[in-house]
Amino acid sequence: MKLLENGAVLDGFAIDECMHSGGMAHIYRVSYAQGGHDPGFALAMKVPRMASGDGAENIVSFEVECHILQVLTGRYVPRFVAAGDLQRVPYLVMEYVRGRTLQHWLDLPGALPSPVIVRLACAMAHAAHALHQQNTVHLDLKPANVLFRDVPQPEGSNPQTSFGDAVLLDFGLSHHAHYPDLLAEQLRKAVGSPGWISPEQVVGVRGDPRSDIFAIGVMLYQMCTGRLPFGTPNTPAGLRQRLWVDPVPPRKHRPDLPEWLQEVALRCLEPEAAKRYPSAAHLAFDLSHPEQVHVTARGTNTQATPFSTHFKRWIKAAGMHYQPSPMPAEQIAVVPIVLVAIPYQDASDATLYSLRQAVARSLGSRPGARLACVTVIPSSLSSTTVEARSETHLHRRYLAQLHQWAQPLDHPGHQTSCHVIESGDVAQALLDYAVGNHVNVIVMGAATHGLKMQRFIATVPIKVAMDAPCTVILVKQALPFEQLGANDQDPD
Amino acid sequence: MKLALLSDVHSNLHALDACLAHARAQGAQQLAFLGDLVGYGAQPREVLDRIMQLAFEGAAVVRGNHDQLALTPPDTVQAMGDVTAAWTHQQLSSTQRAWLAQLPLTQQLDAVLLVHASVNDPARWRYVSDVRAATDSLDAAQQWPLVRYVFGGHVHAQTLYYRGAQGALMPFQPKSGVAIPVPRHRQWLATVGSVGQPRDGNPQAMYALIDLAAAHLTFHRVHYDHQAAAQSIRQAGLPEFFAQRLEIGR
Repeated sequence: MKLLENGAVLDGFAIDECMHSGGMAHIYRVSYAQGGHDPGFALAMKVPRMASGDGAENIVSFEVECHILQVLTGRYVPRFVAAGDLQRVPYLVMEYVRGRTLQHWLDLPGALPSPVIVRLACAMAHAAHALHQQNTVHLDLKPANVLFRDVPQPEGSNPQTSFGDAVLLDFGLSHHAHYPDLLAEQLRKAVGSPGWISPEQVVGVRGDPRSDIFAIGVMLYQMCTGRLPFGTPNTPAGLRQRLWVDPVPPRKHRPDLPEWLQEVALRCLEPEAAKRYPSAAHLAFDLSHPEQVHVTARGTNTQATPFSTHFKRWIKAAGMHYQPSPMPAEQIAVVPIVLVAIPYQDASDATLYSLRQAVARSLGSRPGARLACVTVIPSSLSSTTVEARSETHLHRRYLAQLHQWAQPLDHPGHQTSCHVIESGDVAQALLDYAVGNHVNVIVMGAATHGLKMQRFIATVPIKVAMDAPCTVILVKQALPFEQLGANDQDPD
Repeated sequence: MKLALLSDVHSNLHALDACLAHARAQGAQQLAFLGDLVGYGAQPREVLDRIMQLAFEGAAVVRGNHDQLALTPPDTVQAMGDVTAAWTHQQLSSTQRAWLAQLPLTQQLDAVLLVHASVNDPARWRYVSDVRAATDSLDAAQQWPLVRYVFGGHVHAQTLYYRGAQGALMPFQPKSGVAIPVPRHRQWLATVGSVGQPRDGNPQAMYALIDLAAAHLTFHRVHYDHQAAAQSIRQAGLPEFFAQRLEIGR
């Protein structure tokens, strides 16, 4: 399609300047023509290049984007406004989001400080998770397709370190589990961008949310080292390399990089999807709790993987072929993030035992589930003057208590972390934690936190159960203490 | 225009009424019956009364193999359907039989082609249960240049076939209640499932609804009183197997 002229009107939209001319489409700033209502946000129109000679794939991917953008919601995607008839005049009008793409930070001179890297990556993980929860996998995440919302700049602040949520753009290669995949074909071939495409996409697998985690891993690697972990191969054989090759550890390029951050980046880049984070929420969790990351040789290593290892994997990868993926939302649900609230004091052995049983059940049998053990202590407990009640001292004490409680649950397939939170409002602290970390299940004692008062005031378990964004399991204490004849328990 | 697609009612009045009510609530303006109105179930007369009235009001109806079977029941029982064919034949009035006999094998409504089994030689009742059979059916529909959508039943399963990036058909398992974009510049073939005898382990009735203006196709599963439907099969003295099959949806 030829360039639209400034001032032209198309289906009620007044065309303003052309903001971007890409290989696939032109992006214009537009507004409703006279008489149109004000949507309350700026508008952008995407018009695909569909002149003769343009690939059919271009048209199909535009069709895919139209279908998918129409059903996506939330602040991590541009709002859909209108779509033109594909046969007549194809266009897509959406919210114009003010912000900078990740490319902006990659283009800055000098190495990015790791705290900025972590915040950018964490924002991307949150956005990807929100997408996966809507049964959609992006499959083309790369620096040009991730925008960080502008936020008001406080006086004297560094514009490079102040940015808002990540917004994902360009759903032309995306996969929605409830729609027929128009980009799938019988002779499966790689669909994606060479620098960021995941190994499973290379063999034609479309629809695995862990493919997006791989792409975030590539961007994390880029931010850390300024290089692409697998380059930009342009042959099928070159693309296939990432099925068995480990990238050079980022710390070889940048020794000052924290080991935990390399651990996180390389876990995202594991050739086998099953060895990556099971969901973007798990990735966001690690990025926001560096002290809880279990650093392995993957994090400490500064040497490239030996040829013999790559050779063995090469043999294995030769057999890798297309397999259908389960629904993203279902896939996320089988590897839950489970939060267990442990009372900081006065919990009976029976309560602690029952909580542990309930947690073990909730974690399920699939590897990859994560357990966050949380104790909320009142702010009034700590003291700045008394050494034994200093904040660090208290935290250490309650952390040790949590670790002790969680120890029998230790399982190689699960990850466990412990957190002490200070707050005057226990229920709100638990709810905030659950929302911030995409918790799937909250396990807490029904009798703890004041059941006897329940008839008169909303107790902590009731408030959490009512307001939680996820399933809440209220545990009542049970066996084996009843069988032992202990009668001194709460009558619940 | 919203068109409800109902197939394989199989004399199940309870399921039919539930689907009709559901379709009306969804705003269906037109109805299409894709054959096998009778056979297996206990209420062929009532079902045909209902559908003949709807046809009089404008519903499209095509004939299925069980409708054929009820017209000319075989002397010896060779297949499952043969058991109830003779019984169904006796139940029907001569008017109902005459009406069944005049039903076409295919019918075109604008961009939609209705057929019970396959467009490729419809009287052979081929099962469209894989990509190959679906391709044959869709290819045979090319003789109607306007047709973009081919809808059939017969296989008692809900599947949407669409053209992938290379033009070959690909199967897709729809999720009930999700409006799937089915733009007109592509060709689509769907088996809409069975209203009166689901066989996928879920006793809920199946049908589909296409919104031709918005180009959205939605597959539905509808709860109905399958215990009552099974009970009427027992009361009619038909084989217990057909009653149980409704209860477990197999």
